[in-house]
Amino acid sequence: MDFNLLTHHFFELTITGIALGSVYALVALGYTMVYGVLRLINFAHSEVFLYGTFTTLWVTYFMGGTANSSTGAIIGMLLVALVMSMLVSGGVALLLEKFAYRPLIKRNAPQLIALISAIGASFFLSEAMGLRDRIAGFVGLDDNLSRYVQSARDTRSIAFEIPRKNLFPIFDYTVNTTDVLVIASALLMMVVLDQFIRRSRMGRGVRAVAQDPESAALMGVNSVRVVQLTFWLGGIMAGAAATLYMIRIGATKFDAGFILGVKAFTAAVMGGIGNLRGALVGGLVLGVAENYGSAIFGTQWKDVVAFVLLVVILLFRPTGLLGESLGKARA
Amino acid sequence: MIRTSRSWRFAAAAVAAGLSLAACGTTNDSNSSSSSSGKSCDATIAFLGPTTGPYANLGINIIDGAKVAQEDFKKSNPDCKFDVKTFDSQGDPDKAKNLAVQIVNDDNIIGVLGPTFSGESDSTGKAFNEAGLVTVSASATNPLLTTHGWTTFHRILGNDNTQGPPAADYIKNELKPQKVFVVDDSSEYGKGLGDIVKNKLGSLVSDSDEVQQGQTDFSATVTKVKADNPDVLFYGGYYPEAGLFIKQLRAGGWTGQFVSGDGTKDPGFVEAAGAKAAAGTILTCPCVDSTGDFLAKYKQINGQDPGTYSPEGYDAMNIFMQGVKAGNTDRSKMLDWVNNYDQDALTKHIKFTSEGEVTETPIYAYKVNPNGDIVGIKQIN
Repeated sequence: MDFNLLTHHFFELTITGIALGSVYALVALGYTMVYGVLRLINFAHSEVFLYGTFTTLWVTYFMGGTANSSTGAIIGMLLVALVMSMLVSGGVALLLEKFAYRPLIKRNAPQLIALISAIGASFFLSEAMGLRDRIAGFVGLDDNLSRYVQSARDTRSIAFEIPRKNLFPIFDYTVNTTDVLVIASALLMMVVLDQFIRRSRMGRGVRAVAQDPESAALMGVNSVRVVQLTFWLGGIMAGAAATLYMIRIGATKFDAGFILGVKAFTAAVMGGIGNLRGALVGGLVLGVAENYGSAIFGTQWKDVVAFVLLVVILLFRPTGLLGESLGKARA
Repeated sequence: MIRTSRSWRFAAAAVAAGLSLAACGTTNDSNSSSSSSGKSCDATIAFLGPTTGPYANLGINIIDGAKVAQEDFKKSNPDCKFDVKTFDSQGDPDKAKNLAVQIVNDDNIIGVLGPTFSGESDSTGKAFNEAGLVTVSASATNPLLTTHGWTTFHRILGNDNTQGPPAADYIKNELKPQKVFVVDDSSEYGKGLGDIVKNKLGSLVSDSDEVQQGQTDFSATVTKVKADNPDVLFYGGYYPEAGLFIKQLRAGGWTGQFVSGDGTKDPGFVEAAGAKAAAGTILTCPCVDSTGDFLAKYKQINGQDPGTYSPEGYDAMNIFMQGVKAGNTDRSKMLDWVNNYDQDALTKHIKFTSEGEVTETPIYAYKVNPNGDIVGIKQIN
């Protein structure tokens, strides 16, 4: 145990932990919204995120990014990548809803079946990405797409280095542009989503279905639409998270979704699953806890620390930190 | 770690069945023809290792190196029917175990080039030992593999224990650091190598940390390294994490020398880190850099540059082919041949101890160029 590092580098560990937690929080939104509406854990959500990371990667290839790209060009490419990732992740989430859930819900299948379907979809999507070279080979496009599909099971990096500038010091740490970009974008996305759910007409529909699906249907809410909307919103948040993740880490791999998905799901539970603001709190707490745990006990203990914290929180607050469900959020 | 679908297993089984059927056909032929032509140099060697899947690169490097040896052999012995059968394990110990049964049951096979990884060597060693089928690995480096008492296991490169001390000496004598920080990835390989370097460097080691395989965010470790500000950081582990780690260290502003072992000597390291962050990294490896005649022949036969362990694959295959030429065409004779092998080869002078370790274990240092190529510097022991 070494508290020296934590006390001397408290702000550095906190700020990088918050940046890490911001990505968890954005992905956690998808878990929490789908759970809030359907009482279903969408385990394939990690792959919705994964496809966003690859979209960002491929956009940087497609737009001709190189190690010598100018800062302006890089910002442009990242903006396009952000939009494209949100669209692709949103699309993947909608396809999941259409093929992995709706047929089951229509037939009133038990929740457990939907859970298994989600796990199956997760494996399918991840392995399809890991076998993309062979899939391209089957359709005869592997020569044209070689840069996109080569080394399908290895880590692939975006085409350029993300330039970063040091901005201003906070005690022991100098905050850089990447930290600000990631944390500010994540917070902005969360606020927009939160306000959308609280204030808009469609958001009211989501809350109504989360509260009582049958009454909502009687009141004229189209519950199929609401479920689709929920998946789609979760997807575009995961797409944004994917681009922010690529800005921070810069590389992805066919199985990169798995660990991040587990962490994001943990964040959702920690904050109170079904609660949007809970996802934010849970994500940030988890990110910071991992960093503190690494600093005090060594990096190999970070998951032990994070999950002990989860258990302790659930012991005292069984519904999570904020514990309020999506349906009960005040209008 | 490796997930696979059922269909691939069926496909692999079907291919293997096809191969063994084809082999049955050739057995009869060779028996009848060998009596007529009087040739005693017909033989089959199995290659066991990954040729598809996430770790395919390493297996392909080895088998392509072996191809160069086969071409050489064909030229000088055009009458011999020397056959190599490939058994694709995808690097998975469980799959390798099933394939080992097939190999053992195929009476034509008198030697095995492989297994490629330590995990699959461990899962198959017992079966090969019971069958008396000699194996020569060009890449499995876990030190424990030679402690099971298997008489059939051999490897033609130094194990992980031989790599740590020269790496530590190199750091101490060539880089002359004031402080060294040691990080490993908690894997058996990474921790083993990291611990050896740590013990050998002793008081030079100012601090250490362990990360995890599959980890992508190293911010806490970066903070720790920056706080300690070492001249040299040694990383024991594999290239995917090493690449992301050095990238984040450089982004965090650490400018010291990054050193790692053979698990990091892969183009994937430069891909994950980016050439800018990877440049200047020093990598130690029990593997020889490909040069001269071998390099030219390899390029001509395989249409690309040799990779890690290609020269070792060449040497391993050569041992078998020289054995066949000397008339050792059954399993027990081939085992004796390998056990008593004592000759100069491409990578080193090869002679095995009774445990199956090679007696000469040169370790080499490599460096990552500014353009991202990994080039040999020199031998370091």
